[in-house]
Formats: sequence, structure tokens, C-alpha cells
Amino acid sequence: MAEEAEKIRRETGRVLGRFSRKRGNLIPILQKVQHRLGYLPREAMLEIARFLDIPEIEVYGVVTFYNQFRRNPPGKHSIRVCLGTACHMKGGYITLDAWKRRLNIGQGETTADREFDLDTVACVGCCTMAPVTVVDDKPQANVEPTRVDGILLAFEREREKKHKENRESS
Amino acid sequence: MKTVSLTIDGRKIIAEEGTKLLWVALDNGIYIPNLCAIRSSPEPAAACRLCFVEVAGKEAPVTACTETVAEGMVVNTRGKKALRLARSAFELLMASHPVDCAGCPANRSCELQKISGHLKVKLKTKRLRTLLRELPIDDSHPLFTYDPNKCVLCGRCLWVCRQQLGIGVLGFAHRGFQRVVTTFADEPLGQSRCQECGDCIAVCPTGALSFKDSAKPAARAVKI
Repeated sequence: MAEEAEKIRRETGRVLGRFSRKRGNLIPILQKVQHRLGYLPREAMLEIARFLDIPEIEVYGVVTFYNQFRRNPPGKHSIRVCLGTACHMKGGYITLDAWKRRLNIGQGETTADREFDLDTVACVGCCTMAPVTVVDDKPQANVEPTRVDGILLAFEREREKKHKENRESS
Repeated sequence: MKTVSLTIDGRKIIAEEGTKLLWVALDNGIYIPNLCAIRSSPEPAAACRLCFVEVAGKEAPVTACTETVAEGMVVNTRGKKALRLARSAFELLMASHPVDCAGCPANRSCELQKISGHLKVKLKTKRLRTLLRELPIDDSHPLFTYDPNKCVLCGRCLWVCRQQLGIGVLGFAHRGFQRVVTTFADEPLGQSRCQECGDCIAVCPTGALSFKDSAKPAARAVKI
């Protein structure tokens, strides 16, 4: 944990060193910090607010307004549930609920073991496959709650296999 | 000081040049509904869409808070088109407002009740489906309670907190229907840097921010 805090401080400081203290720099700074850390942790947001001399709530307001900013670390696998028009009609929100229940996290959050992060997308352009979930950049077709279980089971199997191989080789 | 003369609802009025129509009307005892207008703000937010008026020679109604007074201007605050827009905006606002006046600390001093009376629109709108936000009430602060469900997002509280007092505990966060007035990381107000001046409660037009001891009046009259 201390290692992570140190990394956040170091990387944020490195980004801030390249900017002037103009409030107009807020979004470019946030983008650069997220590019380095993968997300915008609380400590980084506080540091940026101090640097630009603006209330911390202002940074928080911008981070929560734009979809491009995330407040949780990315998981090993990304789950993106499509809620576009076609997917909505085919029950995309039910799929989203299934993911939430199975992973035990909310939208925009990451599981405690950092295996999965969950979010929504507006449309991925393959509406004939609705309801779609994009798993690690690959669109999966007809993802209904039972398919959610299937996808998770496949990940589980893969993990077990790797675990076994590791044990055999050592 | 240069002045201009204009007519509002048939009344001749002399006003300072460069002033916004809304303030001229209010200063002369002509009420125009408004929530987000802040006199000391350099730019009007023009977010509440309640202060629509009709200006002779202009095809569409204009928001009084953004319209600068001009020589010979003829204004009608009760024009049909303007009121229609204001009523719709008010109904939309009330469609996500929990109407519980009897149990609300702002009862009788609430700006929404005043606007409802002025526009002759019921607080409980029938035309639109009710969609409540159902957000948790923040009861953590020893002095006051914050009920985000009653908040109309006018921005007055964060203006006094930030611009006038330089504290900046409150601000807007999230987007769309999820938009709320909140603190950094949505922390409870009791844990924030709040300095307990109570000014945000004084300027709140609704019962969203209210003192816990309802008998206690606002610490001081706050002008914004």
C-alpha cells in the first residue's frame, strides 16, 4: 500500500512539474496523470487541487463529470456493458445488474482483487449482437445473465489452469 | 452614473445602464421567479430557466437574468409565451422534488412555494411523471442537515462558500440526473473543512440545507 502511495506521489509530481499553475491546465493534467497511473486516485486529485490553488471539490467535479476519467484502478480484465438503444431494448440493464451482482461492485468500480473493472458504453456498433458486453476489448454477443456466469467461469478455469501449470513447473 | 428608462409591465422605470433586467425588476418590486441568479456573480448562470420575460420587438422570450436593460425597452413579465416556458421549467424541477411541505423546515419560507403561487402551477405536477432521486440524507454535521433530494442545483450555497468566504467545501459533481451539490469524494459534511458559518443555509432557497434546531434562525442575513 505504501509502495502505491509513493508511486502516486512520484508520478503526480512528475506530471505537475511540466505544467504552470493555471487553472486552465486542469484537464490536461488530469489526462496525463491518468495516463501514467491508469486512474485518478484521491491523493492525486488533492495534490492537483493544491498545485492549481483551487478547491478540491472543483477537481472532483471535473473528474466525475467526464466519462474519460476513472477514480478506480483498472482491473486485469475490463467489462464494458453496452447500453445503446438496441442493447437497452434487449435488456442490457439486466445484464449490467447481473455483472454488478456477480462481481459485487457498482458501475465504474473495480473488484478488491483487481481482477475486473465494470463500466458501461453507449454503443459499440454491433447492434445485431445485442445485448453486447465488451470483455477485454472483444465484443461478446447475446450476453444475458446466464452468459455472464459462463464468461466468469471461463476466466476462473483459465486461472486454475495457470495456477496448476505454475505449481507443476516449480 | 448613466441611466436608461424602460417600461416593465406598464410601469416607467429608471435604471442604471448595464444592469440586468432581473435585478431592475426585483428592485422595483416586480417579482420575476428565479433560483440561480446571483447578483454579485460576474456571469449569470441562467440555469434555472424560470425568469423568462417578453421584450417588445423580440420574437422569443428571453431570460431576465441575462438581458441587459436598454433605453426604451418594453418588458412584459406576464406574457403567455414567457410564462409557458417558465411553467414547464418549474414543472420539470418539481417532477423530481419530494413534496412534503408540512414536514419540511423551509415550509412558508421556501422559494418553490413562492414560485408555485406566482406561476399558478401546483407543487405536485400532474402533467409529468414523478421521478425522485432517492439520495441519502447527510446528517453528519452537528449544526445542519443536508437533504440533496430537496436541492434544486441553483448553486447559491457553493457561491457563498467559495466566492464570498473562500472556503470551497461545496461544489457540483457527477453528471445529468446524478448531478449533486456535494463535497470532495462525496464525504459527509461533518468530516469536511466546513467552518460552520451557516451562510449556505441562509441562501438556500429550499429546505435542502437546514439548521438542525429549527428554532434557530440563520446566523445573519446573507446578500448574494
